[in-house]
Amino acid sequence: MRARTRRIWTFGVAAVLLIAAAGLAFVALRENANLFYTPEVLAENGMPEIGKQVKVGGYVEPNTLAYADGGATMTFSVIDNSPHTIDVAFTGIAPDLFREGQGVVAIGSFGEDGVFVAKQLLAKHDENYQPRELEPLETAAE
Amino acid sequence: MIEIGHILAFAALAASIVQAVFGLRGERQLAGRAAVFAFVALAISFLTMIQAFVASDFSLALATKHSNTLKPLIYKISGVWGNHEGSMALWCLVTLGFGGAAAGLMRSERTKFEARALGVQGLLGIGALAYLLFASSPYLRMVPAPFQGAGLNPLLQDPALSFHPPLLYLGYVGYSFVFSLAAAGMMEGRIDREWAKMARGWSLAAFVPLSIGIALGSYWAYYELGWGGWWFWDPVENASLMPWLIGAALLHSMIVTEKRESFAAWTALLAVLAFLFSILGAFLVRSGVLTSVHAFAVDPTRGAVLLFGLVIYGGFALGLFALRAHKLTGGKPYQWISREGAMLTNNIVLMVAALTVLLGTLFPLMAEAFGRTISVGEPYFNLTFTPMLAALLLFLPVVQAWAWGKADVAGWLKWAGAGAVLIAVFAGLGVGVWDISLGAAFGLALAVWLIGGAVWEFTRRAKTFARVFKMPMRVWGMTLAHIGLGVFVLGAVVQTSAKYETTLALPIGGEGEAAGWHFTLDEVKAIEGPNWYADRAVLTATKGGTKTQLAPMKRFYPAARMPTTETAIYKTGTGDLYTALGELRNVEGEARYVFRIYFNPLIDMVYFGVLLIALGAGFSMWPRRKAAS
Repeated sequence: MRARTRRIWTFGVAAVLLIAAAGLAFVALRENANLFYTPEVLAENGMPEIGKQVKVGGYVEPNTLAYADGGATMTFSVIDNSPHTIDVAFTGIAPDLFREGQGVVAIGSFGEDGVFVAKQLLAKHDENYQPRELEPLETAAE
Repeated sequence: MIEIGHILAFAALAASIVQAVFGLRGERQLAGRAAVFAFVALAISFLTMIQAFVASDFSLALATKHSNTLKPLIYKISGVWGNHEGSMALWCLVTLGFGGAAAGLMRSERTKFEARALGVQGLLGIGALAYLLFASSPYLRMVPAPFQGAGLNPLLQDPALSFHPPLLYLGYVGYSFVFSLAAAGMMEGRIDREWAKMARGWSLAAFVPLSIGIALGSYWAYYELGWGGWWFWDPVENASLMPWLIGAALLHSMIVTEKRESFAAWTALLAVLAFLFSILGAFLVRSGVLTSVHAFAVDPTRGAVLLFGLVIYGGFALGLFALRAHKLTGGKPYQWISREGAMLTNNIVLMVAALTVLLGTLFPLMAEAFGRTISVGEPYFNLTFTPMLAALLLFLPVVQAWAWGKADVAGWLKWAGAGAVLIAVFAGLGVGVWDISLGAAFGLALAVWLIGGAVWEFTRRAKTFARVFKMPMRVWGMTLAHIGLGVFVLGAVVQTSAKYETTLALPIGGEGEAAGWHFTLDEVKAIEGPNWYADRAVLTATKGGTKTQLAPMKRFYPAARMPTTETAIYKTGTGDLYTALGELRNVEGEARYVFRIYFNPLIDMVYFGVLLIALGAGFSMWPRRKAAS
């Protein structure tokens, strides 16, 4: 029964590894899946933990775009169809189709002062491509 | 012309049916002839499509949508597969190509087995061609023909991207024939030494282009998107990584089946899974369930058809496996502390790693079904995938010296000790002297460990210098591939932990400091290309006695009304000084251009490492020398 015992061992070890990996993966997912916040959702659910990576999205509010750090950092407000706003700061190049009034998704985290510090900005790329998160917003707007 | 192509595609479909019927009945010669005929017919059909694109024949609807007279020739040709219908035509062509090549190249004594493999390949060809002809035909005419076409998505107008799809498809669809061989082997209940010898060459023939295709795609994303990184854990990237991981596991388990006749059922399962994951990748990428530059089809019915195909092929192969797996036993029994035990561990870890990638890729889709919008990014993969692979690679130099059957425990304890000392030294140096993170120090130790271990293993096998050049190509291949892994780890660790990035906003004539370089913005000029116009900035960068000019651009393609970023890269010898031009900003009444500047140390090692892996796999395809008499 040597071969049989060995096979049972093999399956046992594989199963333990798989369960460990699945556990690890689910913990990692819980900790690291980026929740998506629109201004409305943020107002309803409250701020996420400071420094935790999340996504925020909505429309760039017209006339709020300003520059800091000699032009390297851009700041703007994001709005949706609610009365709330989120202030966003981003150091870097704006996406090609970033415009006031257009949809935008930012990945980053909230700072102590409540400003969302974005590591990456995604905007609608062309007619056929836009961040998925914005689809419900677009539909609601129509 | 295109009508001839259309008719020939139907002829290819008919030939594939003949191939499937006679193949499954065991008639090798007829099935082989049908396979060659089907491939030749579809190849000519594909050429008529290329001809229409090159000649800008806009009566072909596909050419109108995806080509343009002003496009350079190479992008007219690559435009054929730079869209949904054309890329499916390429998929069909590669499927039939592998069938035709196999019909010509297979010369074993098992003609019935070969016929059945061709028959299954014929079935795969029928599915692909039916999808092409009835669900996404590239042959449709447009009446009246317009004078100008819309052009190819500008992001895809790039030399690397012209070759990326064909190479990736050679890999993805290359696994179709491995799938067919496994199905035929299971039908006969014979997955043995002979089978592994045949199938190994074909799975290497898929693995090599898949590796190069992924590397090209990654390189394109690096310099074209302007984000400064080489892997973003984008669902589309993950879709190509999963078949690669399974393919890598398959290469190792096949060796065990070839040498020891063990793991037959497992090898067959991996052979089937490699292709199923390729189709899954195509489904994820093409169906539009994920948004990306690859998602050509926004038509959900096409996604549904692809999913249907996946279920049919998967049901067929896995059903066959369930029925026949119990017959695929035998071979020599194995110990954990042996080469086959090591290969098994390798396989389990690679499969679990592939599954964590699958989970991270599908989780947002599942959450969406429950009404929550989330995304899974780099932090998840760094917590799951990366440590798993690091642990696997840590053991590689130890276990590759293990003998078949039963390894010498004292010998490998010595190795493990050497590894532990190496890691301790790097950890001490890293934290105490170089001032880097513990993770980075471990990564560097791992790279040295892998490269050193591969070289050591080679010298151990060669024994004397005179024998170095007489070593079998497979040993050379293994050594190169494992060195490649080390080189890749070196590049990935150094780039990730020591990259530098900053943003500068400069007026014309303005100056700034970044990554230890001094930058001056000399000018920003409007220039024009064949089918685009652009703003081109000229930056002078100086560091010590070195002076260079970088000219990043922002292009606009009027045909597609779409802007693109063209980065400028200076190779310093230790890494890439990488610049991207952003928008014009009005800062306190002054016009300033914004630049993103990166220094990516040793990033070339990432690509060089993957190329070495592909080269090593290529060497392993070399036919074995006849046993010395």
